[in-house]
Amino acid sequence: MAFEIPRIPLAEWCDVALDWATAHFSGVTRALSAVVGTGIEATTDFLVDLPPWLVIVAFGLGVWRLTTARIALFSVLGFAFLWNLDLWRATMQSLVLVLVSTLFALAIGIPIGIGAAVSKRFWRIVAPALDMMQTMPSFVYLIPAIPFFGLGAVSACFATIVFAMPPTIRLTALGIMQTPPELVEAADAFGSSRWQKLFKVQLPLAIPTIMAGINQTIMLALSMVVIAAMIGAGGLGGEVWKAIQRLEAGQGFQAGIAIVVLAVILDRITQHVARHMRRDKA
Amino acid sequence: MTQSRPRIRVNGLTKIFADRPEAALSLLKAGQSRAEILKATGAVVGLQDVSFDIAEGEILVVMGLSGSGKSTCLRCINRLIEPTAGSVLVDDVDVTKLGERELMEFRRTRFGMVFQQFALFPHRTIVKNVEYGLEIQGVPTAQRRDRAMAAIETVGLKGWDQHYPSQLSGGMQQRAGLARALALDPDVLLMDEAFSALDPLIRRDMQAELVALQKRLKKTIVFVSHDLDEAIALGGRIVLMKDGRVVQQGSAADFLANPADDYVRRFVEHIDVLGVVTAGDAMRTPSAVKPWHATAAEALASLTQTGEPVVTVVCHEGRFQGTVDAEALKGAGETQLRLLLSDADACVPASATLNETVAKLAGGRGEIAVIDADRSLRGVIANADLVATLARRRTHPVQ
Repeated sequence: MAFEIPRIPLAEWCDVALDWATAHFSGVTRALSAVVGTGIEATTDFLVDLPPWLVIVAFGLGVWRLTTARIALFSVLGFAFLWNLDLWRATMQSLVLVLVSTLFALAIGIPIGIGAAVSKRFWRIVAPALDMMQTMPSFVYLIPAIPFFGLGAVSACFATIVFAMPPTIRLTALGIMQTPPELVEAADAFGSSRWQKLFKVQLPLAIPTIMAGINQTIMLALSMVVIAAMIGAGGLGGEVWKAIQRLEAGQGFQAGIAIVVLAVILDRITQHVARHMRRDKA
Repeated sequence: MTQSRPRIRVNGLTKIFADRPEAALSLLKAGQSRAEILKATGAVVGLQDVSFDIAEGEILVVMGLSGSGKSTCLRCINRLIEPTAGSVLVDDVDVTKLGERELMEFRRTRFGMVFQQFALFPHRTIVKNVEYGLEIQGVPTAQRRDRAMAAIETVGLKGWDQHYPSQLSGGMQQRAGLARALALDPDVLLMDEAFSALDPLIRRDMQAELVALQKRLKKTIVFVSHDLDEAIALGGRIVLMKDGRVVQQGSAADFLANPADDYVRRFVEHIDVLGVVTAGDAMRTPSAVKPWHATAAEALASLTQTGEPVVTVVCHEGRFQGTVDAEALKGAGETQLRLLLSDADACVPASATLNETVAKLAGGRGEIAVIDADRSLRGVIANADLVATLARRRTHPVQ
């Protein structure tokens, strides 16, 4: 080859873009971070200050109401086990992070999913963005989170939202687009407006699919919250991180098993709720 | 058939399925065939210059095999499918010219639609399904509940209102579908193969009930069907479609008597003639009619002369009174016929099918009278006439 093709300065471009964004927006994001961070901390502190048995019983009763006695019993035993391992504080930290991130992911993801289902043009923009969000290694999100939100829970939350949101968006859009055409036609024949059709026919029929998306989002959020321990999110991931740094295999496994228990509890609850909604319609 | 002014007038309706139908439309106007247009432009001609009228309170059956364009035609009436050309006038409002907002309003109040696969909303109870149209119109809750319950009762689903569609049989689901359309109290019912997904027995029940319901509620109904027997059972006028065009319109008996082409002839080939041809079609002018003050001797003479099995007796106004046979006349001399009358029942209305006529004939003396609604005599049918009518139907050349 007679001449060399210069390297495309992709990394530099990304840095420039991030620097620019940081310079212009970090004030806002830092302020937001302070608010959200305080909220997360206050919630965690509140849960940790309560006697653990009270939290466990309250949680168990809530789960019982929402699902079955079996799942409630499993949740109670699981949490009692985590308390017994002296991982109560870490568990509560992780749980709050997962729930807060999931709430944000849903609040942003469901409207985007609806928009993508309603407008083909919007879907064409959203679809590749989703592909990128899901294939990008999750660690990468942690790096830009720090300049915007600082070390700690809020950065973890941000990275988690970005990483965990795609299934909610995708399955919301899918659920709406998969409404049986004859039902859409019936809604049209009776003179429904676009919004009436959406809220009275398409969204209710999409709920089981959306619930499956929410389940996946919660699971992804949990896995990301663990990774986010690297930027100081604490929680069960923090315990794993500590164990790695001190090369304590036993401590590491203990925290790892605790994460599995928490994951199974959250999965059983959301799966049951999703299935239950499906049965209502069938 | 169209006594009152048409409620719906479909005029020159054309539908071309293509992103840019203009080229295909001009080819169509230039007289090119469907196949030629498909080859030249890739556009599919769904409907081609379809025109028909529907009178107020009429059941019109749009019939054809699959792919004939009958469902497309129905959907063009409420614009679930956008027609490419032509107009649809409902009470002089051209539906094809309505804006989005007006069309929505028009659909809400004027059209009720019933679908082949019921298309009930699975997440709503029956009563919530029936309420749907009223709900989106913004009718207050209590009022719409009342109207929905009334519609549910009309279709015979009382007590099922709190069930979900999946808990009901197919026939019951379609009753709910009908109730959903009726709850709006629309002027026009659009029914797309509404009974095709049902078992034959239930289908027949539903057909009979629809006819009864229509007599009571006087709705204008456009019913799409692929089933000739169904079209006959519904008893209305038929628009027969093929390849997106109207082949012939009229009653089933018209199709039988004067088929427009071989396609129609083949379509009605296996038709139950006895269920379609009416007494009015099969009757002939009676030769032995006597007023009721005529004497038995006169009547007997006319019987011998004409070879009729009975004398048909009418009053002064020409209304059918009964029949007298030779047996009763013999030896009755100068007795007036009105004293010898029997069988005031040996008659059928001109609109009765041959099925009903045969039943009457079998129980009588070999001849019955055909009468109008006011019992005035129109003609008679003897056993031989019936046989001749049936034989005539069979002699049509069938390709």
